[in-house]
Amino acid sequence: MIQPAQPELVTVFIDGQEIAVPKGTNVIEAARMVGTDVPHYCYHPKLSIAGNCRMCLIELGMPMTDRATREPIMDEATGKQKINWIPRPQIGCGTTVAPGMHVKTQSPMVKECREGVMEFLLINHPLDCPICDQAGECKLQEQATGYGRGYSRFIEQKNVKPKRTRLGPRVTLDDERCVLCSRCIRFTQEVAKDDVLGFVDRGSYSTLTCYPGKELENNYSLNTVDICPVGALTSTDFRFKMRVWFLKQTNSICPESSVGVNTVVWSREGVIYRITPRRNDEVNDTWMPDSGRVLYKEVQAENRLQPTGDPASDLLATATRLLQGGAVAVVGSGRSSLEEQFLTAKLARQLHAATFVVGRTGAGDGILISADRNPNTRGALVTGLISEVPGDLAALGREIDAGKVKTVVSVGEDLSAAGLTAEQLAKVAIVYLGSHANATSAAAQVVFPTLTVFEKSGSFINQQFRLQKFASAVPGLTGATDDRVVLDQLVTAVGGESAGSDLVSVWRELAAGIPGLADLTYAKIPDTGLLLADDTWSQLTFPEGESLHHQPAAAETTA
Amino acid sequence: MSFKTVERKPLSFAERTYVPQILGGLKTTFKKMVKPNETLEYPEARPTIPPGYRGVPTLVKDPNGREKCVSCQLCEFVCPPKAIRIKPGEIPADDPTAHVEKAPQEFDIDMLRCIYCGLCQEVCPEEAIWLQNVFSLSGYTREEMVNNKAKLYELGGTLPDDHYKWDKKKAAEEAGNGGH
Ligand code: SF4
Ligand code: SF4
Ligand code: SF4
Ligand code: SF4
Ligand code: FES
Repeated sequence: MIQPAQPELVTVFIDGQEIAVPKGTNVIEAARMVGTDVPHYCYHPKLSIAGNCRMCLIELGMPMTDRATREPIMDEATGKQKINWIPRPQIGCGTTVAPGMHVKTQSPMVKECREGVMEFLLINHPLDCPICDQAGECKLQEQATGYGRGYSRFIEQKNVKPKRTRLGPRVTLDDERCVLCSRCIRFTQEVAKDDVLGFVDRGSYSTLTCYPGKELENNYSLNTVDICPVGALTSTDFRFKMRVWFLKQTNSICPESSVGVNTVVWSREGVIYRITPRRNDEVNDTWMPDSGRVLYKEVQAENRLQPTGDPASDLLATATRLLQGGAVAVVGSGRSSLEEQFLTAKLARQLHAATFVVGRTGAGDGILISADRNPNTRGALVTGLISEVPGDLAALGREIDAGKVKTVVSVGEDLSAAGLTAEQLAKVAIVYLGSHANATSAAAQVVFPTLTVFEKSGSFINQQFRLQKFASAVPGLTGATDDRVVLDQLVTAVGGESAGSDLVSVWRELAAGIPGLADLTYAKIPDTGLLLADDTWSQLTFPEGESLHHQPAAAETTA
Repeated sequence: MSFKTVERKPLSFAERTYVPQILGGLKTTFKKMVKPNETLEYPEARPTIPPGYRGVPTLVKDPNGREKCVSCQLCEFVCPPKAIRIKPGEIPADDPTAHVEKAPQEFDIDMLRCIYCGLCQEVCPEEAIWLQNVFSLSGYTREEMVNNKAKLYELGGTLPDDHYKWDKKKAAEEAGNGGH
């Protein structure tokens, strides 16, 4: 692992408190480091600085020096260098720290500035909080509590602006609530590279609109909803579904592709309401694709595999009989967690079975969707389930045709979608573990209903060989069993040693059995992931192209 | 142990006849016979409930018949025994009150949980939930004791509105920015 170069530090004084911050930091971030919040709307750490909301005003001073001699001017009384305070407030977001800089974030002038900005922002703001989806996570509400007047001195008619505008298939806009911070505009320009939003009209008539004839329909449109500090941009899917203060937040990883976007799953009483990105500066910054946000719908999908009513012991007995018949092939999955892949590999070793993993590729978008649509291909390599980049199941098909395979264990993979014909499926007995019904589960002799990624805990290894963990957000479907438990039962049923199927036990085995994971436990994986050494697989060619924070190795050497 | 013997006063003649005592008792009896009733024949007769009484929580409509609740779920949040359950919903675009945007799809108050604290009324930003004069509820099953949205509006009826906030909003929307 290469350590990043130590940044050059600059010493500044925030409200008298001395702190060394990296060069280039702005005052808002520097204040954050001493635990002081400088309220702001337009500033966003991952976007350019616009400096238009004026909420972040602070007082700024520099140590005084004599203009002619450059000698420091000392204060007789304190014996310290005098501070030259700028008489007017400055914006914190647009001010980069300089050595010796002094900042006041709590002075009377700063407080008055904030109150003034708030009063102007609230002049035309609608009384919508009871029906506004942002309530509870609204910056304007928060700052109104801190710096609001509590009543309005504005006796004229409030402005009216379009409410309920459809900006795109997934985003609804309420212009009256917009505080004109331009975060959404900068996002579409700078990150999504789909410059469709802009302001029209002037002054208090300024209105956010979409370019005529266009829509905000790129696959990153919902990030504008996340970064909108108020309830102007709302998610059409989440609109009016639930108040955010009821929702429980669980850290998760998006299974959409090998990028491994860090997410937060928001649920209440076992029902998931939305998925939002979680900041990870090494992986997804603060963004995620729209397509990954709807994946929670698979938890309550129509085609969810329901328990058949047969006792679990019967299922296990039938499966065991099939597996003990020999000539078994195991189809693992790049969608399974690292722990499940490890148990899959263990089962295959116990059965002396050949292992396969289905490759799943699509076009990468160069941002946060990669070409490899398996979230955990690297996991299959690390656990030794496979040693090559996975492709299709042609080899398995040939072995079935040759009669060398009689039973196939599939861990959540639809074999017909992966290229096996119905005749080939008919020739073998199938043991299927999966969460949703498909052609393979229909053809299978034994079906174990298992859990979706939102109902179980585990870890994935993304395209950077970063080990990242996800936790179960909602309880599993009644009657469905955790994949880990089923795999462990199968291992034991065919004569293998079980060390337990819980995360702690599986990780004990993982740490003991896999050199790259020595000394690790599930609990030790940091929230932002852990980069693993990837030298063993540097010869392989992976399908991923370049994306945010990822340069494929091959591209690196040629570049 | 020492005790004191109290000399009992001898009864007078009138006392010994019992007549004054009986007459005194009868006086009270006859007085009560002609006086109006102090008690109520509950449940046929019901008391008048003073204003501000904290009875069963109900949902109310404004004088124009608009349901006032916008399903903001603040009452659900504040309710100490978690008696309230709301499923928010969107008002369809062709509804006359479509500009309010949001209304409850389902609204349940479990009266086996409710402690009549009145916090829901206190917190409601739309003055939509009121503890009114209904004080007795009974039922044969637990389900019967859960007041659903229809029941809550039936119990609540209409209350006067001081603000007509949403009507004003709609009028402003229709007038546009011309006034500026
Ligand atoms: S944007 Fe914030 S302040 Fe404005 S109505 Fe919504 S919650 Fe209230
Ligand atoms: S819609 Fe939201 S993000 Fe966009 S300018 Fe308005 S307040 Fe800012
Ligand atoms: S009166 Fe109190 S307990 Fe009853 S519903 Fe309202 S908040 Fe809940
Ligand atoms: S607080 Fe009032 S408006 Fe909000 S959900 Fe409860 S009754 Fe409805
Ligand atoms: S955050 Fe600095 S001006 Fe908006």
